[in-house]
Amino acid sequence: MDYEVIVVGGGHAGIEASHIAAFKGHKTLLITGNIKNIGDMPCNPSIGGSSKGIIVREIDALGGLMGRIADISHFQIKMLNNSKGPAVRSLRAQADKITYPKNMLKELQNTKNLTIKEGMVEDLIIEDETVKGVILENGDKITAEKVILTTGTYLKSNVLIGNTSTESGPHGERRSNKLSDNLKKYGFTIQRLKTGTPVRIKASSIDFSKMHEEVGDDTYWTFSCDNGPSYDIKNQQKCYLIYTNPKTHKIILDNLNRSAMYSGLVTGIGPRYCPSIEDKLVRFKDKERHQLFLEPESMYYDDWYLQGFSTSMPKDIQEQMVRSLEGLEHAEITKYAYAIEYDAINPLQITPSLETKVIHGLYTAGQINGTSGYEEAAGQGLIAGINASLSLENKSPLILKRNDAYIGVLIDDLVTKGTQEPYRMLTSRAEFRLILRHDNADLRLREIAHTCGSITEKQYENYLNRKRKIEECEEFLKNTKLKITEEVKKKFKETGILVPNITESFYDLLKRPEIDMEFLSQFTEIPFEFDIKEELEIQIKYEGYIQKTYKEVEKMKKLEEKQIPKDIDYQKIKNLASEARQKLEKVRPISIGQATRISGVNPSDIAILSIYLKKEYNHE
Amino acid sequence: MERTIASISTNHLGSHAINIVRISGENAIEIVSQIFSNKKFKTAPSHTIHYGFIKDNEEIIDEVLVMLMRAPKTYTKEDMVEINCHGGYQTTTKILELLLQHGASLAEPGEFTKNAFLNGRINLMEAESVSDLLNAQTEMQSKMALNGLTGKTTELISSLREKMVSLLSNIEVNIDYPEYTDELQITKENITPILSEINETLTKIIDESKNGKLIKNGIKIAIVGKPNVGKSSLLNALLEEEKAIVTDVSGTTRDIVEGSIVYNGVVFNFLDTAGIRTSSDIVEQIGIEKSKKVMEESDITVVVLNQNESLEKEDLEILSKVKEGLIFLNKIDLEKKIGNIPSKLPIIEGSIKNKIGIEELKENIIKQLGLKDIGTKDLTYLSNERQISLALQAKKSIEHVIKENEKDIPIDMLAIDIKSAWENLGKMIGEYYEDELIDNIFSKFCLGK
Repeated sequence: MDYEVIVVGGGHAGIEASHIAAFKGHKTLLITGNIKNIGDMPCNPSIGGSSKGIIVREIDALGGLMGRIADISHFQIKMLNNSKGPAVRSLRAQADKITYPKNMLKELQNTKNLTIKEGMVEDLIIEDETVKGVILENGDKITAEKVILTTGTYLKSNVLIGNTSTESGPHGERRSNKLSDNLKKYGFTIQRLKTGTPVRIKASSIDFSKMHEEVGDDTYWTFSCDNGPSYDIKNQQKCYLIYTNPKTHKIILDNLNRSAMYSGLVTGIGPRYCPSIEDKLVRFKDKERHQLFLEPESMYYDDWYLQGFSTSMPKDIQEQMVRSLEGLEHAEITKYAYAIEYDAINPLQITPSLETKVIHGLYTAGQINGTSGYEEAAGQGLIAGINASLSLENKSPLILKRNDAYIGVLIDDLVTKGTQEPYRMLTSRAEFRLILRHDNADLRLREIAHTCGSITEKQYENYLNRKRKIEECEEFLKNTKLKITEEVKKKFKETGILVPNITESFYDLLKRPEIDMEFLSQFTEIPFEFDIKEELEIQIKYEGYIQKTYKEVEKMKKLEEKQIPKDIDYQKIKNLASEARQKLEKVRPISIGQATRISGVNPSDIAILSIYLKKEYNHE
Repeated sequence: MERTIASISTNHLGSHAINIVRISGENAIEIVSQIFSNKKFKTAPSHTIHYGFIKDNEEIIDEVLVMLMRAPKTYTKEDMVEINCHGGYQTTTKILELLLQHGASLAEPGEFTKNAFLNGRINLMEAESVSDLLNAQTEMQSKMALNGLTGKTTELISSLREKMVSLLSNIEVNIDYPEYTDELQITKENITPILSEINETLTKIIDESKNGKLIKNGIKIAIVGKPNVGKSSLLNALLEEEKAIVTDVSGTTRDIVEGSIVYNGVVFNFLDTAGIRTSSDIVEQIGIEKSKKVMEESDITVVVLNQNESLEKEDLEILSKVKEGLIFLNKIDLEKKIGNIPSKLPIIEGSIKNKIGIEELKENIIKQLGLKDIGTKDLTYLSNERQISLALQAKKSIEHVIKENEKDIPIDMLAIDIKSAWENLGKMIGEYYEDELIDNIFSKFCLGK
């Protein structure tokens, strides 16, 4: 064997997969079409966002790179949803499209056991339904025990602008012509998906004076729990908010027939959460205006990204549309908006470890599995890399549960429900989101990471330290009492907070929604860092809600523990509805819990399945 | 192996001109063809009726019409056959026996409906309604069950869920797309009014459902009073007048019901009070203790007093124990010796001997339980315990949100209980599915790059 692991594709999934496999000591090869495009961000210039920021923290906790590199490659960062509650807070950084890939490449080049090579993989070497390596377009064969496909949008991709369709990957890169056909030949179901990206505008042609500023936070934040902040908080770059207007709407509606989406050119299924601007106008006729955001792509070149303005209109219409917007009257378009169609596999054909059901030793991650987004891709890449490694080490795979991580929710959704459109993470997809917070990613995952060997001893110590400090802080809060002196009474009254009747500990006082650490600090200093105090404040204040969530988790766990034998024959179960039987055959859930989440499998089917298991396998 | 099940579908054997024997399952058609003279039957198309004789070997048992319904368009989604037999009790049971001899199993109570549910033919709420319908004794009970079946209750709950999902998806959109501030921002201020309105409707449904339960199970009435005050004659008067349907009313209560009548569409079940049927002194002595117990189990108590006697300690003791009830003041044709009655319960004056006040008593029982206009009302009630318990859980969650909202609890916490209430209402009508909320978010909001 030439390598232990080969990763095909150098996007966000491929980076994490190849890095972690090499980190875990396995001889790894990363093959990519163009080394310069490693860590490329072909769409929005940001990392994180609602729920996605939490995924980045999870990647960091598990030993991945995305958080660490984003921390040193952004020019603005803020915490979203501060006012909406601790469960849904999430970081979002404006990442620099030059710096991020550069820092990432450097990191990979410094990773031991990792080789990076340019090339196009067109086929796989397969023996006995097991992958043995890859075949490049020039016929070269490279052998490996495990292969991870992270091909992004490059499989037979077409770029669509107006009524022109070009066989190409993002920004003019070569597409992969044969790999998806070969996958089909091996038994994969191929689906066609679509996504899009808006126009880029030259900075000097924009009149920012008429636009609403969007600024970064004035508190320091990092994705990574190992490193402190390294950015200049005073020098964060601004973004801007603008709106569409009746003139814009008229141009779009008058030219609908010229949009690739409406002319019938596009056959792929686009995501509902990422509609083109023409889609938005058609579907929401009554809305007078739509919000758009202007974000710089980099400090090293001039392009600004116009978020909210995806379109598949021809170039001349795009120009008219953009110039109808306030402040963009003289805008110069540097890159036109385009839609891109590409091949993906049906994620029902992969297992929760991200190994495919069709070919042993073959793993897939990222857009090839039907997802969208850098963070979703990176999360899967990391898990695929860890599991390929664990398999080489003869260890059982890491399967994160829905109550462990957003990454667990993501993978469980994919392999259980499949997806009809590029899948984007949302906080609403996580039923246990209250315990999947940004602030406790390390508490949730570092122990697991340590067991898997995906973090350094130093990283593990950082976690143990933080955990110890949290315990100390808890002791401190329990031992610190607030005596109700006249002075104290006055401070309570000034703030409009009900004065406590008796001496109470800080810990008990924090249970009241209106009392926070900052308020208590004026009586006795609480000598702990911000993140320690934040963690405890959430745990204390929302204890009732958190307990309620844990109860729900227990309910789910009971169902998850009811394992379904791998060799079960669904044909033998008489009363199953035929749709349910079909779905169960296809997904082959590992537990009753997973079976309940399959669409088309009804409670009565679950009852029948449980009765069958009880009878046939003496299942409890 | 799956069971092929059979049973007699019509109630009260013997009293019908036609009885129906029903059989369902994989072997239903095969089994019937073995005892049916019509040879075309076995291969005939679905949903057809066939004339012929049921035979036990060569002996003709009955002249019948046989309905053939092939899977899946049947009540159970399995092959089904219904035999309309013309004989009485003897022949009908003989036909059932023949079916069992040829391989069918006797259906357990509700098994047809259970199969219909298990095979996905009907949802849980419908399954519950069907069994209610089959067990309905009065017209009002069937009306209630039918409402469940036609989805009137479902519609009502659906409309509540729609309001909740639109609130929830708005909250979720605010969270998942925080930069889109143009969308309506759900805040502390606009949550409470929306939820209060939902809570009001839900409360109404639950309250009315308590009536629904009374309609479904019948009212349990305790007649109490000291010995010889006229309890038995009152009971007899009530029962005889209505030509009482004296049944065992299984399932309604573990107590022994002395007799039942239907009044204004509501079943009155009179509970046995010790001594009510006997004048034995010993039994009468323990009567008061027993009466107390019966009163606790009843929905309403009728205290019988004798106008012709002064109040005694026993009377006062009984009166003090009554929570929901009324007083029947007997023997008003005789001299009034009773004096002031220390009770706030309504008093119906009458004389059992002269049949005075009986009608008024019944009317007042209905009135007191708030069932007066029920015959004309649209009966959109939750008619079983499962539904009521889910509705109560939902109500509890909503009230919790309203209370917590006053205390500045952030919206992500509130969303937990709103979602739980919405899910429970969904479970009630079997409408909930995993991705319902997410689908709704994308159909109602306009966001993204």
